Amino acid sequence: MSETAYERVKLARDSKRPTGLDYIKNIFKGFIEFHGDRRYADDPAIVGGIAKLNNDPVTVIAIEKGHTAKERNYRNFGMPQPEGYRKSLRLMKQAEKFGRPIICFVDTSGAYYGIGAEERGQGQAIAENLLEMSTLCVPIISILIGEGGSGGALALAVADRVWMLQNAVYSVISPEGCASILWKDAAKAETAAASLKLTAEDAKSLGVIERILSENDIGKKEFYDRIRTLLTEELKELSSDVDLTQNRYDRFRNLGVSAVVKE
Amino acid sequence: MALLNFLKPKNQLEEGGRTSAPVQRDAGEPEKKCPNCRKDIPLSRLWANDLVCPCGYHFRMKARQRIQMIADKGSFHELYSNMKANNPLNFPGYNDKIETVRVASSETEAVVCGTAAIGKQKCCLFVMESYFMMGSMGSAVGEKITSLFEYAVQYRLPVIGFTVSGGARMQEGLLSLMQMAKTSAAVKRHSDAGLLYIAVLTDPTTGGVTASFAMEADIILAEPGATVGFAGARVIEQTTKKALPEGFQKSEFVLEHGFIDSIVPRSNQKKYLSELLKMHHSGRAMI
Repeated sequence: MSETAYERVKLARDSKRPTGLDYIKNIFKGFIEFHGDRRYADDPAIVGGIAKLNNDPVTVIAIEKGHTAKERNYRNFGMPQPEGYRKSLRLMKQAEKFGRPIICFVDTSGAYYGIGAEERGQGQAIAENLLEMSTLCVPIISILIGEGGSGGALALAVADRVWMLQNAVYSVISPEGCASILWKDAAKAETAAASLKLTAEDAKSLGVIERILSENDIGKKEFYDRIRTLLTEELKELSSDVDLTQNRYDRFRNLGVSAVVKE
Repeated sequence: MALLNFLKPKNQLEEGGRTSAPVQRDAGEPEKKCPNCRKDIPLSRLWANDLVCPCGYHFRMKARQRIQMIADKGSFHELYSNMKANNPLNFPGYNDKIETVRVASSETEAVVCGTAAIGKQKCCLFVMESYFMMGSMGSAVGEKITSLFEYAVQYRLPVIGFTVSGGARMQEGLLSLMQMAKTSAAVKRHSDAGLLYIAVLTDPTTGGVTASFAMEADIILAEPGATVGFAGARVIEQTTKKALPEGFQKSEFVLEHGFIDSIVPRSNQKKYLSELLKMHHSGRAMI
């Protein structure tokens, strides 16, 4: 835990880290992938479908960055287009219809910045996810496994439980972007990273996440087994929660309240 | 007279509360150059015309001037005016910044909320303030807007919201980001209660506000020529190294791509909004 915030950012971006598909393959059984947003395209930056957690069907959705140069290019470096968010919402609504819990793996520097993404309503796509996820009546657990870049990450993290890997980061803006806007100097990213409070420990102390997952055995069988056990236990608890959507509302409703003074 | 202070041109004020070099004043009446037609327009003429140039260019407008333009006279009752951000992350420079902006803008936060009547139709109204850190959304903005939607559910009122924002307020880090989810959840509850929400997007509406409550309304309107988008145009140009199409991210472009219902010039907004409110009244109890 001695790394600086910016070292954490670099660790979170490391291309050797397990990606979304690694988690899907190692935690679940019988993953069946579903494609497309039924409106325009299929976005390879987001992978989704159904799988079994132990013996129970769940909907899994993951932002996928890829490992090799070719994969990373194909996955657009894990920067989703609006179609990715629309596909994920389609699958989440399907999960709600069939009473399946939803598990999301989040790893993105942010939603894609591009002409086409703007033309096809990137902001609207994210907004719709935030709106609809708030009242989905099945349990949602989101795990930030690497980078949690702003609205593009939050669009898969309006969940009942949000967990972070020990070296994952979660931030409203990249430290480089923050430094260049505030101090006109991208080299001050280190200061920005520390100031933005983007580490897993920061997020937990702000009440933004519930749990930090150790990376001591990251990528090993024990690592995935442990996450599977935690998911199973947590889903058991959430499935019996009769006030699920009310509690999800309150979870987000309370964030930032103590940061507001009334005078 | 103090009441009218906000109507006076504040030449020292630029976007986001940044101060600029003093404007040269001639012996004659002060003028403002229109960035569209390039003509110097006498300020008195601009003020008389709700800050719209004769060429149709819409200058930015302070929140309270807009409330005066939209709400029936004397009908606006402000809510949550006591809520302010308190630098929750101890972000360097944020305290000083916010103090400077408070003095310069005469506002305590980047949104003004309350109840009002528009054409005798009662509603909840929020108007974001471009002169307060370019309408950036921090915890206080999120709390005020969320509280307003909750109030609107309680009293079964429609919500009219004028957005202007550079996005989430980075000085409040993750807590700013969470306001996107929090406001969205409040909008959803209001919508599920069968109540009307109309957003009017003004220049600029971008980032985390576009990606939350600005794009979640039943009816989304925009002012002519307003920048409406998610990512900054400069960033897109730099990262994609492609020339941006003509009128990129302007409200006309966004209308053409199907993301807003209509573009409504300022001169017509009050009539337009009151008509929409009337058509959605449907005999529901209005307290």
